[in-house]
Amino acid sequence: MKATEIAEKVLSGEVSARSVVEHHIETINKIESDVNAFNLVTAEQALMDADEIDSKIASGETLGPLAGVPISIKDNLCTRGVETTCGSKILEGWKPPYNATVIEKLKEAGAVVMGKTNLDEFAMGSSTENSAFGPTRNPHNLELVPGGSSGGSAAAVAAGFSPLALGSDTGGSIRQPAALCGVVGVKPTYGRVSRYGLVAFASSLDQVGPFANTVSDAALTLEVISGHDPRDSTSIPEKPLDISEVLDQGVDGMRIGVIEELSGKGLEGISPDVSSRVEEAIKVFSNAGAIVESASVPASIYGLSAYYVIAPAEASSNLARYDGIRFGPRTEAATTAETMTATRTKGFGDEVKRRIMLGTYALSAGYYDAYYGKSQRVRTLIMNDFAKAYEKFDILISPTAPTTAFPLGDKTADPMQMYLQDVCTIPSNLAGHPAMSVPFGFGEDGMPVGIQILAPAMAEREMFQAAKVLESESGEGIE
Amino acid sequence: MNGWETVIGLEVHAELATKTKMFSSALNSFGGEPNSNTDPVSLGLPGSLPVLNEKAVELAIRVGLALNCQVQKSVFARKNYFYPDMPKAYQISQFDLPINKEGWLELPDGRRIGIERAHLEEDTGKITHVGGGGRIHEASYSLIDYNRSGVPLIEIVGAPDLRGPDDARDYVSELRSILVTIGASDGKMEEGSLRVDCNVSVRRDGAEELGTRCEIKNINSLRSLGRAIEYEAKRQIEIIESGQEVEQQTRHWDEAEGRTHKLRSKEEAFDYRYFPEPDLVPIEPSEEWVKEIGKSLPPLPRDRRHLLADAIGVEPTETSLIVQRDLDTFALQAISSNADKNRVLVHLENNLADGIGKLTPEAFASLTVMETNSELTATQTKTVLADLVESGGEPQEIAKSHGFESMDNSELEKIVDRIISENSDDWLSYINGDETERKKKSGFFVGLIMKETSGQADGKIVNQILSAKAES
Repeated sequence: MKATEIAEKVLSGEVSARSVVEHHIETINKIESDVNAFNLVTAEQALMDADEIDSKIASGETLGPLAGVPISIKDNLCTRGVETTCGSKILEGWKPPYNATVIEKLKEAGAVVMGKTNLDEFAMGSSTENSAFGPTRNPHNLELVPGGSSGGSAAAVAAGFSPLALGSDTGGSIRQPAALCGVVGVKPTYGRVSRYGLVAFASSLDQVGPFANTVSDAALTLEVISGHDPRDSTSIPEKPLDISEVLDQGVDGMRIGVIEELSGKGLEGISPDVSSRVEEAIKVFSNAGAIVESASVPASIYGLSAYYVIAPAEASSNLARYDGIRFGPRTEAATTAETMTATRTKGFGDEVKRRIMLGTYALSAGYYDAYYGKSQRVRTLIMNDFAKAYEKFDILISPTAPTTAFPLGDKTADPMQMYLQDVCTIPSNLAGHPAMSVPFGFGEDGMPVGIQILAPAMAEREMFQAAKVLESESGEGIE
Repeated sequence: MNGWETVIGLEVHAELATKTKMFSSALNSFGGEPNSNTDPVSLGLPGSLPVLNEKAVELAIRVGLALNCQVQKSVFARKNYFYPDMPKAYQISQFDLPINKEGWLELPDGRRIGIERAHLEEDTGKITHVGGGGRIHEASYSLIDYNRSGVPLIEIVGAPDLRGPDDARDYVSELRSILVTIGASDGKMEEGSLRVDCNVSVRRDGAEELGTRCEIKNINSLRSLGRAIEYEAKRQIEIIESGQEVEQQTRHWDEAEGRTHKLRSKEEAFDYRYFPEPDLVPIEPSEEWVKEIGKSLPPLPRDRRHLLADAIGVEPTETSLIVQRDLDTFALQAISSNADKNRVLVHLENNLADGIGKLTPEAFASLTVMETNSELTATQTKTVLADLVESGGEPQEIAKSHGFESMDNSELEKIVDRIISENSDDWLSYINGDETERKKKSGFFVGLIMKETSGQADGKIVNQILSAKAES
């Protein structure tokens, strides 16, 4: 059932929140052991929350637009009193004393948290294989990865564990797993959704966003979690989004650019499965009245390189606080410095260590200008190139990921191959622009393909309008 | 030291007097139960984010304007290093774009000391090492109190324009006085709300190039500051005179041993890997706001020194102590009540160090007039002054109650004659002696006469009588 339908039926008293939550717990009990979408299922708490909603409805209280809707939360979002691990041993057992702003907003809207979903450690990865608590598997084919880093959230929605999930997207961590799992995934404009309570990976790139089975469910969730938060200085002083009112307006007359550097022949390593779906999407948009042309964002090809300096640099600083002194497990040693070293050596996985080293190096005296400084200049170039493209186009499209889901273990030995999974998604993070992945059919391998829709800063509404068109023509997304 | 010049530049950290911390709503207050004034932000918990305290920015701008700095658009930066008192393992500070740059501070003698920058940053927590005499290496365990973590600081970086321990102390006193006057900080060195790091180098007199400097940390009082500079300058001079070179180091002042110890050399210095803080946006104070803050500044110590000095007719160096004691307004009120200006200066400096108590400017003014009119002797004046401070009142009445009525000169003359006849040998030496001898004997006679009159005689008049008698 769609989230919007659940909320409608719960609010009208047609079904109880408890029965909705029980139904989803049953699904979890059946196949979660195969999928491993969750680090923690909070079934008992979810049932208690559902009962509370039911009693409120019985007593005639007004409830929010997500009343009784189950949602799964990526395990790098702080939940008060509920273990938040970031998929890392270094935070094992840590229970935050506070809720992330998005959690507060979801609760206020009546959503019921089902549990904390698996992720690549500290959101660093594209397959959820970097989790300290074992990989998540793709519900469409358990031999394949769900993508990452929000693989647990994407899989939870795809597997029917909850109609909604939250993830975080630093370089594609919502959109790429959404594409690989065949669900909708949205990265909003940087600053649209509060980062307060999101455990930081790369602060200037991180953004929280929703997963859903349908475009309208994703829109509703984004409406609920968006809006200014005084606790996040980078939060945009704007009211929450209203997308629903324009969702069905179509793309007639809309100018849509296909980013040539990230599609078709312009992108090395793109699979024919993916390319042919992009061609198909162009037809759908044209048929719906859009003007579709090739667009160029030349600097986007440097996105990956700039990203792998900026994100690790910020991460090296953000992850420095995990020293075993104040929270998390500690590995004792002779001196304070040795204790910190031992704690971090034992607590962090290989990919996290790789990025901490990369970032520390990039910020070091004598290297700063050559790496961090230069990457920031590339970032500006990318923004400028996007700005030029948006003079001609309302929105841009590209594949979300160059391939469909790949087998577990396929890319773990070669970090560069793994990093290339995010080549299409990274430019939006560097620019701070919104982008989303919409499931659009399947490849010949039978696995879902996602189309990425990109928009200028603050233009989520146009982005969703286009997404809705694509969804209605794909024959997918309607349960 | 002869032939050598000591060059000093100070970095002063002052805690800003805000209600709450720099980046969160936890309280900024000294001395609470350990870790009681904390929250997710000041503990650096995962997911927490800093939100800038506007009051801290306002106070920083006040400091900048009071130090004649340019206030500019500024950016926060992360200064990365591992230490348990630093919960995020980075300090939010400012690096290439500080909020205030290029100002100056005027010492009481009129010399201007350059201020390179005055930037905002957050304070760290506080570590107590338990066992092993409080030393880190021998401690059995350590406790961390994060109450101080996230308290707003302003770091004021002075130019190497100071030339000795006295200069350094004058600079810190003046700076502290400014910070307190403008309400930016309580300036308490003993509570650590004002902390001084000191860069010292030496060079031969007349040399233009600066010597290699050492930075001295752990200076907790003005006294230690002077001692540390003296010790360090001597150490460096000895190194150079023995033909070696001074190594650039960070050194630790040991108050008990009265010496500095090496902490680390330049090669071992931390690489702080500064980069712009992505969790905060640049501070761009509007011109109007800066102007408004400028207008709200109270008169600064420098202006107050000049104002009082002009009113008395002396150099500003002479009024510096009075301004430091915050007694300049009182002095000006007394002067406008027709006080004797010079006596005002003398009494405020020497006899009112503990405050004015119940003394009013008017009573003070009358007292100085009585003194200069020889209605009261210096000793009597002091007694009356002390009474006025203690319980207020009118100086005339207090003088009367003590029986301080000036003596009849004829009566005094009789006493002088008697004392002379009782000490004829001394009187002869007074008459015939050289100037030195005469001075000595004059002191002798005045002392005896004072004793005889229980201090009621005016020393000046006694001297006049003595010299008149010697002439006749």
